Amino acid sequence: MAVAVERIQHRTLHPVHAFLLAATVPLFLATLLADAAYGSTYQVQWTNFPSWLNVGGLLFGGLTLLFALLGLRHSALRRGRYLAYVLLVLAMWVLGFFNALVHAKDAWAAMPEGLVLSVIVALLACVAAWLGFSSLHTGDTP
Amino acid sequence: MNSAKNSANAVLVLALSTLLVACGTDSEPMQHGAEPVLPEPQRGLLPEMNIADPVGWGDQRPVVPTGYSITPIATDLKVPRQTLVLPNGDILVAEGMGGGAPKLRPKDFIAGFLKSKGTTSVESGDRLSLLRDADGDGTYERQTVFAENLNAPYGLALVGNRLYVANQDALVRFDYQPGQTRANGPPVEVTKLPAQINHHWTKALAASPDGRFLYVGIGSNSNITERGMIAEQDRAVVWQVDAETGAHKTFASGLRNPTALTFQPATDQLWAVVNERDELGPNLVPDYLTSVREGAFYGWPYSYWGQNIDTRVRPQDLQKVAAAVEPDYALGSHVAALGVDFSEPAMGALFADGVFVGERGSWNRREPSGYKVVFVPFRAGRPAGAPIDFVTGFMGADGKTRGRPVGVTVDPRGALIVADDLSNTIWRVTPR
Repeated sequence: MAVAVERIQHRTLHPVHAFLLAATVPLFLATLLADAAYGSTYQVQWTNFPSWLNVGGLLFGGLTLLFALLGLRHSALRRGRYLAYVLLVLAMWVLGFFNALVHAKDAWAAMPEGLVLSVIVALLACVAAWLGFSSLHTGDTP
Repeated sequence: MNSAKNSANAVLVLALSTLLVACGTDSEPMQHGAEPVLPEPQRGLLPEMNIADPVGWGDQRPVVPTGYSITPIATDLKVPRQTLVLPNGDILVAEGMGGGAPKLRPKDFIAGFLKSKGTTSVESGDRLSLLRDADGDGTYERQTVFAENLNAPYGLALVGNRLYVANQDALVRFDYQPGQTRANGPPVEVTKLPAQINHHWTKALAASPDGRFLYVGIGSNSNITERGMIAEQDRAVVWQVDAETGAHKTFASGLRNPTALTFQPATDQLWAVVNERDELGPNLVPDYLTSVREGAFYGWPYSYWGQNIDTRVRPQDLQKVAAAVEPDYALGSHVAALGVDFSEPAMGALFADGVFVGERGSWNRREPSGYKVVFVPFRAGRPAGAPIDFVTGFMGADGKTRGRPVGVTVDPRGALIVADDLSNTIWRVTPR
């Protein structure tokens, strides 16, 4: 009697992809925290920090997006959690870009929109990381 | 196919630009005089920008009214900003560019790069040049360096035999004898001036008619406090400096960037042109011409044009807002007034009573404003009526910018001296 063995294709996150994805979380989280600090202190230095932290998040987030999109080459990945992951990374990056433009406004002109966007982007980064790491094992491609 | 693609692109561009830039119209509301129309503040995701696109003058000249002529009397200067006509007719030119405020945000790098395309690439002269027309034929055949190794000199004033120069970090003094073409040596420091950061670095200067006091215009250290409140200590003010001792006090405050000061002839009244804040839309906030009243607070940063609160400033100060006074005369938003001087009868009947104002021109506006010298007519010692174009053509119909007028000085012999810090030229306008 033959035993039916279900072959599960283990697609895994490439280590570089994993590194880039992981890096977005602390950067966007720190953006949010610095914005909150400005909101409660009016100390202008707290708006300079998030401007740069957000740029850092966009840099790593942009490369993450590139890897995530390249992953769509594999037909097995074009569904379910992976697709949701790609869309989350895309939304994170687009909103993060708008947040950069908002943060370029002078002084309190960036508020409260800057803080609201930072909350959303940080949340998206966290959920994207969760999905990315749980739906795909770390290892090699994509 | 192609046209379909093009129109699709056009729609996309239109949609994007509508999204990015608040949909305001640039068309100018009535923004001259004592009661300018002030629209609601607006700012899209990107500030509206239109940076000057410089090109040489070639055979072209700035345009002056019928009955007047204009000639370049000095070229190849090193960023001329302000001029002073000496009693013997010689002209001193302050050349230099200061600033160098640290770039703190990603925006500072991008905006700094874009704006630098609209200015000269010549290095700061840090000197005073002297121009002389010995035979009075209107050609300034002699051009020499009067003093050098200064630090971004800007404001100039002569009191008796003392020549005062406002560097970006100190008010200094030279001895001056009529006819002198070269300073005797390095200057004496009268007082240090606020120079930390120097976001707005120009130090405007005027001497009281009796020569006892000097008035120094000190610009703010930011557009609207984005470098922090602490950076604004002793900024956006006019100082009154005792010419003998160098002791100073704040004469007036809340003047964002008082770029030129002058005394009204036959009075003790100080006047200033002031550059107001950016990024509130194409028609906010009007730059202005005002008499500077002792002890008055003109609003910056908490409010503009009197008591219109600027919500970008935190913490707010409603007591200061309540104390803010309105300036006398709006010149228009973003025109960037950098020069002011009272006229003389020798300038011709139409332009005898009033002030000339040099407007370097806008960046924070899709449809440019300024880029000309205007005449604001006075009656009974007060501004009366709309400004009249006096020198135009700095920005051509081709969209190219050939010059940017800054300091203006009336030569009592009947000439207007205009410094142009883009083409590094001194222009002289005379009635024919």
